[in-house]
Amino acid sequence: MRLSSSQRETLWAYIFLIPTLVLFGFIVLYPFIYAFYLSLLEWGIFGNSTYTGLRNYADMLKDNLFWKSIGITLHWTAGVVPGIIAISLLIALALNIPTLKLKGTFRTIYFIPVVTNMVAASFVWRWLFEPTFGVVNYFLGLLGLPEPGWLASTKWALPAMMVVGIWKQIGFAMVIFLAGLQTIPKEIKEAARIDGASRWQEFCRIVLPLLNPTIVFVAVMLVINALRVFTIPYVMSAGGFTYGVPGGPLNSTRVFVIHIYDLGFRQFNIGYASANAFALLLLIMSVTIIQMKLIERPFEY
Amino acid sequence: MKGADYVLKVLVYFSLAIGVVIMLLPLVWMFSASFKPLGEVMRTPPTWIPLQPTVNNYKEVFRQVPFAKYYLNSVIVAIIVIGSVLITSSLAAYVFAKFEFPGKQIWFFLILSSLMVPFQVRMIPLYRISVSMGITDTLFGVSFPWLVDAFGIFLMRQFIITIPTELIEVARIDGASEPLIFWRVILPNCKQALSALAIFTFAWNWEEFLWPLIASNSNASRTIPIGLQSFAEQYGSNVHWQMAGAVVAIVPLLLVFMLLEKQFVEGITMTGLKG
Repeated sequence: MRLSSSQRETLWAYIFLIPTLVLFGFIVLYPFIYAFYLSLLEWGIFGNSTYTGLRNYADMLKDNLFWKSIGITLHWTAGVVPGIIAISLLIALALNIPTLKLKGTFRTIYFIPVVTNMVAASFVWRWLFEPTFGVVNYFLGLLGLPEPGWLASTKWALPAMMVVGIWKQIGFAMVIFLAGLQTIPKEIKEAARIDGASRWQEFCRIVLPLLNPTIVFVAVMLVINALRVFTIPYVMSAGGFTYGVPGGPLNSTRVFVIHIYDLGFRQFNIGYASANAFALLLLIMSVTIIQMKLIERPFEY
Repeated sequence: MKGADYVLKVLVYFSLAIGVVIMLLPLVWMFSASFKPLGEVMRTPPTWIPLQPTVNNYKEVFRQVPFAKYYLNSVIVAIIVIGSVLITSSLAAYVFAKFEFPGKQIWFFLILSSLMVPFQVRMIPLYRISVSMGITDTLFGVSFPWLVDAFGIFLMRQFIITIPTELIEVARIDGASEPLIFWRVILPNCKQALSALAIFTFAWNWEEFLWPLIASNSNASRTIPIGLQSFAEQYGSNVHWQMAGAVVAIVPLLLVFMLLEKQFVEGITMTGLKG
């Protein structure tokens, strides 16, 4: 039997797709559906589960800890994302000055935290923020500024962790901004210069609008990362001199993913944890949809 | 005007230099603390060059922590994940870029939509699956949630779509089989994208913390981040040992980065801009 050319095409398409579709079904599609099913169950003391419909979702909305951890996550996002964008954009603009020397060296150094293991870096920062012998408070003391208790304080623990989050991701945003800046044609800037535009006008009227898609893209990536933050608050709150509970002190750094992890893998409240995970999905979906509205080129670059 | 330019330039260099100090300070402190006895680490004002340099911390860390094993585990997990992601992404991307067949739109839509699903939704089911398959605390168990990557498929498709379809048709007329076309025409034309995807996958997979924290509970499957964390939970107050451990975890990758910086930065930028 001979296949027609379109049948042949279909056959080969599926042969090539088999590994992807099998794995996709196994590790993405099935777990996704399974997670929704789990979110409809309630776990008893003996590990037995009963169907409860949407009760987990209703309980979640009445749970103070849910709203608190959402609030902490939004606080983190609102601090870290603008911080990274502002700092890395300034660095990228500086490194884009044609006559600047040591460009490569600066770029390498600012990129180093990106390739520095996050757990190891969080250890180091934990000791830098140590209230009595830490370097951060030593410098603050030299400047005559107040020396907070940082990770031991419910007020200052989250800001200390935000510093690490910013430090870690500046380099990533910087290289993308640099690449974006290099796509701006020199001729446009030169023409503006000849027409008598000041540096500030050049930045506001030419560089910023042309860089806008890149900024939006970086912002969305950073927001999605920030909503899912886990490693830094986990490592910086657990372990150390006293073995703290992840998300401590007193839940002041309990970001949403720590909340889900705690419910699912420390309290074994599996159905409830799954319902909370779907709340995270909803949050990330809304960000993605806003992104699609902001950037008109979802598929072609 | 020239004077203002000069002032601006001095200001730029000055700010960049301050930034450099802040970026490097944690690493310098770590390095220096790793060669100090505990008493000196806790001294104020801090010393930057150890007064009594010692390599005892490194000896202790290597005595207590199987770092070589953690490195090996991390490397094996990275190889499994990168290998599988490159194969599945390029094959699927080729199909979605150049084939017409029933079901194409639905599958592509499903795969792209999964980009929005955070891992945290899948992690509890994945854990239950690995328990029922008996693969918890194995290297396969640590790798399997990442074997296919929707972002990789999307990225590769963006590249393969730019390969002229005539190249494929010419090969077909010459009687080349479909796998041969993929191997000889498609893959050689997207080497750059493949290496970018490999680097990008490596960069985040090397840091992955949440899943291995759940999936591994002994040295048999601990990757570097998890090994470090379990060490810290056991010996939390020994800052000097911890810093030696941090150096061991950070430095090799830093050296690799210095050697391959151009490819690294290009890989991150390319995946960033195309994605």
